[in-house]
Amino acid sequence: MAHDEISLTLKVWRQKGPNKSGNFETHSVKINTHMSFLEMLDVLNEQLIMQKKEPVAFEHDCREGICGSCSLVINGRPHGPMQGTTTCQLHMRHFQDGETIYIEPYRAKAFPVIKDLVVDRSAFDRIIQSGGYVSVNTGGVPDGNAIAIEMITAKRAFEAATCIGCGACVAACPNASAMLFTSAKVSQLSLLPQGRQEANQRVLNMVTQMDNEGFGLCSNVGACEAECPKGISLDNIAIMNREYIGASFISRRLANK
Amino acid sequence: MKWLVNFLTSSLGRKVIMSLTGLFLCTFLVVHMIGNLKLFADSDGHKFNEYAEFMATNPLIKTVSYGLYFFIILHAVQGLLIYASNRAAVGGGRRYAGKQVAPTEARAAARNMAMLGTLILAFLLLHMWQFWFKAKFGGLAVEGDLFNEVKIAFAEPWVVIVYLLGLVALAMHLLHGFQSAFQTLGLNHPKYTPLIKGLGWAYSILVPLGFATMPIYFYVMAFNG
Ligand code: HEM
Ligand code: SF4
Ligand code: FES
Repeated sequence: MAHDEISLTLKVWRQKGPNKSGNFETHSVKINTHMSFLEMLDVLNEQLIMQKKEPVAFEHDCREGICGSCSLVINGRPHGPMQGTTTCQLHMRHFQDGETIYIEPYRAKAFPVIKDLVVDRSAFDRIIQSGGYVSVNTGGVPDGNAIAIEMITAKRAFEAATCIGCGACVAACPNASAMLFTSAKVSQLSLLPQGRQEANQRVLNMVTQMDNEGFGLCSNVGACEAECPKGISLDNIAIMNREYIGASFISRRLANK
Repeated sequence: MKWLVNFLTSSLGRKVIMSLTGLFLCTFLVVHMIGNLKLFADSDGHKFNEYAEFMATNPLIKTVSYGLYFFIILHAVQGLLIYASNRAAVGGGRRYAGKQVAPTEARAAARNMAMLGTLILAFLLLHMWQFWFKAKFGGLAVEGDLFNEVKIAFAEPWVVIVYLLGLVALAMHLLHGFQSAFQTLGLNHPKYTPLIKGLGWAYSILVPLGFATMPIYFYVMAFNG
């Protein structure tokens, strides 16, 4: 099935560790177009191992578009050229025979490179830890339908909840802002009655943490929304803005944490 | 007041300052543009000079104008500081070797607000020196005759070109800025956002166009003797 096979030139970012300088390495691979992008990198790594060279470090886990690990910038776009697709779900049939592909790590001050294509996204974990949860007391299991929630609201909260924390929004944003990610969690929880209780503290804490991590400010460019594999909407950022403005003036706490 | 400092120094609070000062400047621009249409009221500039005199002496207008100077400076300084924060957040330097970018609704203007703002600032400095400074501190060709000064200034082709370029920069700044300011304040709603975006478009085209008629008109008048 020769027509299913393509040859590619890969320009891959290699960097031995944090604070080390890196550079692009050029490799050629012959791969099947039915492979995913990560399988293509597996082929490259087998090739490198055979040649007794260090394989390329890249992050991956579920390989089915739900864990958010596969953080790569492909030809300048986080998760590559297809909309609504993670790197692991990106198939090689979207590339041309003979094409040159640039593969780079996410670039943001708050996402330092650990090695090659792997970046440290623990800043996101700390933002979630600062408020991306609902406190639940122990006791009897509440009835699932005891609190009525309007369909439109449930749908909006659910859409925000589909964020997989991949960080593509930060990588795509010309300001390396984490507003789309943070706002997805803020609005998901603030829209629901269970999350409403802690909404003021949550938004104050999460924005404070987001700022402390060194992410940029939002210029409402929309590159995040365009690159988000889950289609998280800019509306969430507006919700977070008004939650934050409201909480700053309404919350009875006299200072943010 | 720690909470207020927290708010105003947070990423969101800093953007709220941009948004409110930006919208204030938008309001000012309409008033300024409509007021300046007095330039066309009569051919000897009597009405315009009267209006200019009123604007320079009325205590209420004077108070508002101090607010205006402050807000322009605040908007410009905050804008440039935000630009610096954002460059630092990206990590400096060229970001990706790959050249593709996702198609977004926002045009190039959104990514170049600081550059457009700096062009507007440069234009403003020239504009203030030409008319405001000279009227206030002396230097007009005929003392008290601002209309005459406008006529002289816009007889120069380079002045007209600089003004038109400044207005193009302003239009682009506003094409993104106007609707962005509402998003920053959290004013986003499926019912009203299309309205805000439409209004933003109309504003960003009509106000700069209204201003542009002035240098063009006076240049043509001077050209035809
Ligand atoms: C009369 C002139 C001006 C008007 C009417 C104006 C209006 C606006 C508006 C409405 C915004 C949107 C705010 C938001 O996104 O929330 C904005 C943003 C901005 N302005 Fe201006 N502006 C003017 C002059 C300037 C000047 C002189 C500078 C700087 C030197 C400047 C720099 C910026 C920057 C950097 C932003 C983007 C901030 C961000 O989104 O992160 N502007 N402007
Ligand atoms: S908002 Fe989208 S791009 Fe950002 S972390 Fe969540 S899923 Fe990824
Ligand atoms: S590897 Fe889990 S989303 Fe791609």
